[in-house]
Amino acid sequence: MPLIIGVPRETFAGETRVATVPEVVQKLIKQGYQIVVESGAGNLSNISDDEYRAAGAEVLGSAAEVWSKADIVFKLRGPDATEVGLLKTGGTLVSYIWPAQNPELMQQLAAKKATVLAMDSVPRISRAQKMDALSSQANIAGYRAVIEAANAFGRFFTGQITAAGKVPPAKVFVVGAGVAGLAAIGTAANLGAVVRANDTRKEVADQIISMGGEFVTVDYEEDGAGTGGYAKVMSEGFQKAQRDTYAQQAKEVDIIITTALIPGKPAPKLITADMVKSMKPGSVIVDLAAEQGGNCELTVPGEVTVQHGVTIIGYKDLPTRLAKTASTLYSTNLFRLSEDLIKTNSVEPAADTGAAAIHMNMEDEVVRGTVVIDQGNVTWPPPAPKLSAAPAAAPKAAPAPAAHGHGPSTTVSSPARVATMFIIAAILFGLIGYGAPTAFLGHLTVFVLGCFIGYMVVWNVTPALHTPLMSVTNAISSIIVIGALVQVAPPLADGITRPEMLIKVLAAVAIALTAINMFGGFAVTRRMLEMFRKN
Amino acid sequence: MSANLATVSYIGATILFILSLGGLSHPETSRRGNFYGMVGMAVAVIATVFGPRVGAEGYAWIVLALVVGGAVGLYAAKVVKMTEMPELVAMMHSFVGLAAALVGYASYIDPSMHFEGAEKVIHEVEIYVGILIGAVTFSGSLIAFGKLNGKIGGKPLLLPARHWLNLALLIIVIYFGREFINAPSVEAGMRPLIVMTVIALLFGIHMVMAIGGADMPVVVSMLNSYSGWAASATGFMLSNDLLIVTGALVGSSGAILSYIMCKAMNRQFISVIAGGFGTTAAKPAAGDAAQPEGEVTPVSAAETAELLREAKSVVIVPGYGMAVAQAQHTVNDIVQRLRAKGTNVRFAIHPVAGRMPGHMNVLLAEAKVPYDIVLEMDEINEDFPDTDVVMVIGANDIVNPAAEDDPNSPIAGMPVLQVWKAQTSIVMKRSMASGYAGVDNPLFYKENNRMLFGDAKKMLDEVLVGLEAA
Repeated sequence: MPLIIGVPRETFAGETRVATVPEVVQKLIKQGYQIVVESGAGNLSNISDDEYRAAGAEVLGSAAEVWSKADIVFKLRGPDATEVGLLKTGGTLVSYIWPAQNPELMQQLAAKKATVLAMDSVPRISRAQKMDALSSQANIAGYRAVIEAANAFGRFFTGQITAAGKVPPAKVFVVGAGVAGLAAIGTAANLGAVVRANDTRKEVADQIISMGGEFVTVDYEEDGAGTGGYAKVMSEGFQKAQRDTYAQQAKEVDIIITTALIPGKPAPKLITADMVKSMKPGSVIVDLAAEQGGNCELTVPGEVTVQHGVTIIGYKDLPTRLAKTASTLYSTNLFRLSEDLIKTNSVEPAADTGAAAIHMNMEDEVVRGTVVIDQGNVTWPPPAPKLSAAPAAAPKAAPAPAAHGHGPSTTVSSPARVATMFIIAAILFGLIGYGAPTAFLGHLTVFVLGCFIGYMVVWNVTPALHTPLMSVTNAISSIIVIGALVQVAPPLADGITRPEMLIKVLAAVAIALTAINMFGGFAVTRRMLEMFRKN
Repeated sequence: MSANLATVSYIGATILFILSLGGLSHPETSRRGNFYGMVGMAVAVIATVFGPRVGAEGYAWIVLALVVGGAVGLYAAKVVKMTEMPELVAMMHSFVGLAAALVGYASYIDPSMHFEGAEKVIHEVEIYVGILIGAVTFSGSLIAFGKLNGKIGGKPLLLPARHWLNLALLIIVIYFGREFINAPSVEAGMRPLIVMTVIALLFGIHMVMAIGGADMPVVVSMLNSYSGWAASATGFMLSNDLLIVTGALVGSSGAILSYIMCKAMNRQFISVIAGGFGTTAAKPAAGDAAQPEGEVTPVSAAETAELLREAKSVVIVPGYGMAVAQAQHTVNDIVQRLRAKGTNVRFAIHPVAGRMPGHMNVLLAEAKVPYDIVLEMDEINEDFPDTDVVMVIGANDIVNPAAEDDPNSPIAGMPVLQVWKAQTSIVMKRSMASGYAGVDNPLFYKENNRMLFGDAKKMLDEVLVGLEAA
């Protein structure tokens, strides 16, 4: 008996997309699935029930019917409480889940013994790109962001010289060159705008250029590539340099499109209120990160506001504003996923529920990442992805023979040698212990430990700083001043006289000498270290 | 301030010193590290001055000495040129040594510290050893200063039978050590103490005089180490743990630097101390080494500029010659120009380039070269095959392929920068004279090598003009 895929109508307010379009229905049927669609599911994407019927799907009147009949439910938005209630025990659900943000939903689904594939958790590796709904939807968002900006912007994007005068081209600055950012760059460049873009991950510079943009560099050396092709949080120094760069861009450009997201964190606030104020009146900001709080401080998520003469567009639902394309691409992602599932997994009735369940092949990296609940067992989060889109940092990591600087040489001496050394050390320590008074032994302990600490600490010093190391140790060795200080005027026991003047002069000369070292050494080290600067 | 409070302050100072050295692991944290050092020193000095061991009548002396010394030190730190850093460091080592010796003498003639029995012997041994190390550090550092400064020739001075001489000196020192400990009174002990000091001074002079110019990085780090041990010995003498620990930190730091430098030259520490390159021991071997053959190809500054302009990837190898010619600023101008047009420019630093560890890094930093394009030998050696042009500025032995190819070469086995693997290498040199090691360099005769003869600064200025002209 073929597995039945159900496509209910999206119930989330403002959601216009549908998880499966008729073209994909046909392909799924060819694969051997049976499809049931809720009546009116495609209405907002301009797809009628008849089109679904023509493609071979069965159209059912209510959501409850679809949910109860389907072995696998295809959806866009994660299910709400009612929909979870409708899901068959042991059934399979494919939709956005955002497991990190929705722990309760995860629990409810797990309680239903469901198998859940989260479209937001598809690993971002090359093989899984065809099923990566985040990318396909981000692409649409990037395109739509430019369209929204053009709509709100009072000028041409392209420069023109007409009989009626010259029109300068619009200048667009795109922050973050992920899928959405690149789509925005391409779209804006195609409209004729001058496009600049910045991203903390250096490897995307070429991609930006290939889309017709210009890569704006932040004057600071740090690569922001994290794992899985995402960006990571940058250092304070970098962020400052970045703000300066962005402030400069804000003054120059007409349109800013921000797409910067860091997984699992609120969107970084990259465009400050001051930057907005510095923009020309009539400028536009489109904040694609609005759903995660926005990259711009003044963004009102979900709304369009005009502040300081700048239109700030904070729509959270840009892909749904292009419902047909968004639905088509999403359902193609689903189709590719189901194709992959058939190839790598077997269908068999689950032992306890009797419902037809797809046995998930958890060895497969894509399946492992996407399946967040397997027959009631929460399997999220998956182990960290092995590959990053960033070029492997191999040259740096290559195990260089420990020769200079960094770390003591790790060559292990032969056991015989070690034994000899230990015996000699033992005899030496024995002799000292036999002859020396207690006070001396206390100092010896301190001395030996001091040597070891010095040994450990100094191996960590980078070779580039060896000269400052020498001058600072020089300054520190002027600690000998203490020896001289205590001789200048010590409290004397009664009856002891000492050659006062001679000692005082000797000590004072010693103090003066060490003071040269002390002040000179620290000052010159400071002077040197000030000179070390980054790119 | 009570004795306990002073002790606690010492512990704090010790921790700050350790943090100070720890901070130097990265340029970003290094400034804070230096600041910790200053705070630690201030804490230690203040705790001592206001502690129980210093009476109020000494304050005037202390303030006067600190002001005079501090003013001299700050002035020197302000005016010193970065190329002169090794000299300054050597000079400062000598101060520490001299101070240690003076403190030793003062401690000996001071009757306020009185011991009996084994403690007295140990205390006197500590004084003896402290003054010995201090005096050797003092005279050795002075000679090192003179050599670095050019006031004393760089060639090693080798007395006949110098190893026996050193041994004899050591025996005399031990003999007078016995005399000193057995001396019944301070006055009687003074004579052996002074004799020993003179011998120690001579020994320091002799030791450094025998070392060649190329080995200076080792000597400077070794003297750095000695100045630490001198502080430690003083700490034993005065029963002061802060001095002991701090001295040990500095001592091991210098020892590690010496070790790294020796490793970078593939030399034993002992043989560096015992004598320079190209001396009696090495000469017969040099005779067996293959003599390089062929023609050197000279090149003009304009052609060099042309080569650099065409290159996509450039590596610059600076050596002591760059420091002598004060060419680092011009180098940076060239680098900026090349980078502005998209050329990948990097620096390759050999661990023993220059006259002290990290010398080149400091010079480049002074010229405002960003430190992230300045790479260590291990980081860049494998990149040479992909490099279009390598510019060697005033370096010789550290780029000598004979170290890898010719087992008979005196520098065989020394790790070197493999510049000959690049598409083209340009060596800037004043003449065809050999390097400090006295070894001929087959690199100059290689087909893909060009020689740019002349003063580094003048030539680089011309190269810069050539680049700007385009």
